Amino acid sequence: MLKRTVEDRFGNVKLRGELSGVKRAASGHLYCALKDDGAVIDGIMWRGNCQRLNFLPEDGIEVIARGKLTTYPGRSKYQIVIEAMEIAGEGALLALLEKTRRRLEAEGLFAEGRKRPLPFIPRVIGVVTSPTGAVIRDILHRLADRFPSHVLVWPVLVQGQGSAEQVANAVRGFSDLAPGGPVPRPDLLIVARGGGSIEDLWGFNEEVVVRAIADSSIPVISAVGHETDTTLADFAADRRAPTPTAAAEMAVPVLRDLAMMLEEFGLRQRRCALRPVQLGRERLEARVARLPRPEALAAQAQQRLDDLGERLRRGLGDRARIARDRLQADKARLSAPLLKSRITQAQQRLNAARLNPAVITRAIAQRGEQLAALQRLAGQLHPERPLQRGYAMVLDQTGRPVTRAADARKEAELTLRFGDGELRVGTGDAPRRPTRDKPASPPAGAAPEQPKLL
Amino acid sequence: MQDQPTEIAGMTFEEALRALEDVVRRLEGGDVPLDESIDLYERGEDLRKHCQARLDAAQARIEKIVAGPDGKPAGAAPFDGA
Repeated sequence: MLKRTVEDRFGNVKLRGELSGVKRAASGHLYCALKDDGAVIDGIMWRGNCQRLNFLPEDGIEVIARGKLTTYPGRSKYQIVIEAMEIAGEGALLALLEKTRRRLEAEGLFAEGRKRPLPFIPRVIGVVTSPTGAVIRDILHRLADRFPSHVLVWPVLVQGQGSAEQVANAVRGFSDLAPGGPVPRPDLLIVARGGGSIEDLWGFNEEVVVRAIADSSIPVISAVGHETDTTLADFAADRRAPTPTAAAEMAVPVLRDLAMMLEEFGLRQRRCALRPVQLGRERLEARVARLPRPEALAAQAQQRLDDLGERLRRGLGDRARIARDRLQADKARLSAPLLKSRITQAQQRLNAARLNPAVITRAIAQRGEQLAALQRLAGQLHPERPLQRGYAMVLDQTGRPVTRAADARKEAELTLRFGDGELRVGTGDAPRRPTRDKPASPPAGAAPEQPKLL
Repeated sequence: MQDQPTEIAGMTFEEALRALEDVVRRLEGGDVPLDESIDLYERGEDLRKHCQARLDAAQARIEKIVAGPDGKPAGAAPFDGA
């Protein structure tokens, strides 16, 4: 009776109060108390309804609970059976958010050191978001623009009850994929949702999502709400993108840019490789340019050859002319009249010089007469000639003539030569006849001198 | 340090690109001996081809996860986006 009265009378009430004594039973039911400044009422939430909660009830959260009052006769109590419960207003939500954030931060879930670098070019990108709506379109569109990629979409509810579990489950699901399995394992995750109120985004503040993201073995980009909206999921993610489009930009580089860079590298490299060749060619050409042209090389020799050839011809002509001139000059001397005149001259000289025997014979005859006269004279003057006329020559012992008596006295013995022989005579004791000797002495003295005169 | 082709094949695009940039820098530096620069050039070409292949292989392929009864992904199906 009492129970029915209460239930009928308060079949649908809304209460606002702060949660306290929150307790989750093994059965899955939630027990709590709602209190305000001056009152408190026990509350109970059956398991089915609990699962639809979009936040994790805990002490101190101000909530608005909707349900019906009932009694619990076993304890003589009345209580509210909560069918739905939501956080009471933005301020309360923010307070809860801040509380959770502090707690998780204290755990180190948001630490910078946990952040991992994103792959430069992910081979497979896992996207956790709603399969419908602008968000996935924006992401796919931007990815296609920049770098067409293999994208795996894990469709989830992004709003309302159960969304947090779905998102967390998707993140874990990707994270748990084994490499080489039937579903390719992404090397980058994007958790995305469009903008909305804080209540709309609440799921991404749920601890289960935050932990799933923080624990993910794959780097995660979060892109929840607009730029001004920040969820705890953003803190846990490796990178936070202000919008889904921005997340796509973070995820992949621009293919065109890379291709251009690659092209440029190729170009620079080829230039480098060709440079030494080009340089070598230029140096070669510079040297070649300095080489004289072959025609020029030969030209000088050619000129000298021509010159010499000309001089040769001219020289020959000149030489002949000179010779001819000289020949002409000589011809005068070689002329026959000249020769004849010389012959004539010679003839005249020869004639003039013709021998006259009389000249010689006359001279010979003269000389012959002179010679005969001299012979006669000589015959008369011969020293022995007087001997035939009775004179004798006195000779000393050595056979020399003695011409003076003084000399004769010194000799012991003298020789007297006569016309027909000699007679040896002694001096001193010899019989006197020195007078005889005396007339003989002058001629004897003169006679020996005669041959000398001849 | 010296470069096997297999080593290049195992490179990610980014590594290969960085290696290529290094090669180009060294070539442009001009203090690599000529003989070595030819090897370096070949390596650069290999790296470039590798990178190019990576880029050429890029193509859009959009799929969505098909979850099995246990909620684990069982496969992927083409995603016809929105």
